[in-house]
Amino acid sequence: MSLAGSRLVESSLDPARASRTDVVLAGEPWLGRIGRGQTIRIVDLEGNQAVDTLFFAADDPRDRYSAVDTIRAQGNLYLTTGSRLLSTEGTVLLTIVADTCGRHDTIGGACSAESNTVRYGHHTKSMHNCRDSFLLAAARSRVRLSKQDLTANINFFMNVPVTPNGALTFADGISAAGKYVELRAEADVLCLISNCPQLNNPCNAYNPTPIRVLLWDGGP
Amino acid sequence: MVLSEDRTVFREELAGGSKWSHVVKRHDVLRIVDVRGRANVSALLFNRDLLLERYNMPDTLKAQYTAYLTRGRVLLSDMGRVLFSIVEDTCGWHDTLCGYSDGAQIAARFGKKRYQEARNDFHRNAHDNFLIELSKWGLGKADLGPCVNFFSKVVTDDIGKLVFVPGHSAQGAFVDLRAEMNVLVVLTAIPHPLDPVVTYEPRPVELIVYHAQAPSAEDECRRSRPEATRAFENTERFFQ
Repeated sequence: MSLAGSRLVESSLDPARASRTDVVLAGEPWLGRIGRGQTIRIVDLEGNQAVDTLFFAADDPRDRYSAVDTIRAQGNLYLTTGSRLLSTEGTVLLTIVADTCGRHDTIGGACSAESNTVRYGHHTKSMHNCRDSFLLAAARSRVRLSKQDLTANINFFMNVPVTPNGALTFADGISAAGKYVELRAEADVLCLISNCPQLNNPCNAYNPTPIRVLLWDGGP
Repeated sequence: MVLSEDRTVFREELAGGSKWSHVVKRHDVLRIVDVRGRANVSALLFNRDLLLERYNMPDTLKAQYTAYLTRGRVLLSDMGRVLFSIVEDTCGWHDTLCGYSDGAQIAARFGKKRYQEARNDFHRNAHDNFLIELSKWGLGKADLGPCVNFFSKVVTDDIGKLVFVPGHSAQGAFVDLRAEMNVLVVLTAIPHPLDPVVTYEPRPVELIVYHAQAPSAEDECRRSRPEATRAFENTERFFQ
């Protein structure tokens, strides 16, 4: 399915030449450094998986991905090929250079124990969630990251359309097995991913599945 | 609603381009009045008793299946609790998707105007105003994030394109925000980043704090949807 406004672009990078390849299971975080000029690809291995992602300037993690600045600067709510990911200090952190899915969300945020109680009921408080993954990865890391650094993230492969009268909807997934998004780092960045474990809404088709993360040292 | 003076804690006029921070006590109301029309107030919100807890745009929007804010809706923190309930609103739509201006945007749009030449008519921007005001509470760059833009309306079309609606807020429009916890408000009266206005002419607002009642079991915001009811339960637990 192709969405109006999406820019479907395939990559010519060869996975066999990637400098790093990781499979991230559902419910797990991934924290890595992407040097300026390096390229990261995130692959939705089995389809309809939400990949909650934050980026930080490596030399000052307080300067981090800003959903609202990115939206404002491109004049559009959705991310696809060509979207430049801006930081709170106005730095271009990364550019989306390939996208076989067509639309990615950046206003839906990450699930948490607390927001689960609000959205789905107090009985869901014990369920695993993205912000727990973010917090654990941040707390374990040698980089100084904490709850204060968690802000509105990107949800790769997730579709959250806003209607012209301002209703927010969670639409069926538009991703499928093997779809991917690829970003070139325009600055040295840290990337923090939670491969979403949400079971209470269709963002993962009620079946959270693994993703693959690949890094290349240069472009095509 | 007409305010009786005996409930009013204080009123203050905030000059266009200026900034403000204050702790609105639990169950007091902050009224923001668009004094001249076409104002924009960018605001960041924190739990005064736990400054790590702050306004969360995605949690607020997805819990209420909305992309904008108006009467009957609540502003949620990242901890599943209610910061403010919007108990009155004569404007009808407040943006929270588009962020705020910074120095580069203001200079690109309106040119540079420095203090050295312009004195206090220099061009200020929301980013720097936020950093100054946040610093007074021990907060800083790491606490910048999606804000609420009171009095501004931005709609989207089918492909997600943003369209600013000019002249949305009329002279005298106001919004009433009832604090459900002790809320640190950091705000600034600077034009919306997508407002196509060609001259830098930030509009003043009046800020009024007044005493109100704690929300009843039948409160409009509490009852607006089950998600809001549960967020009120989480908030009340914080004070038990």
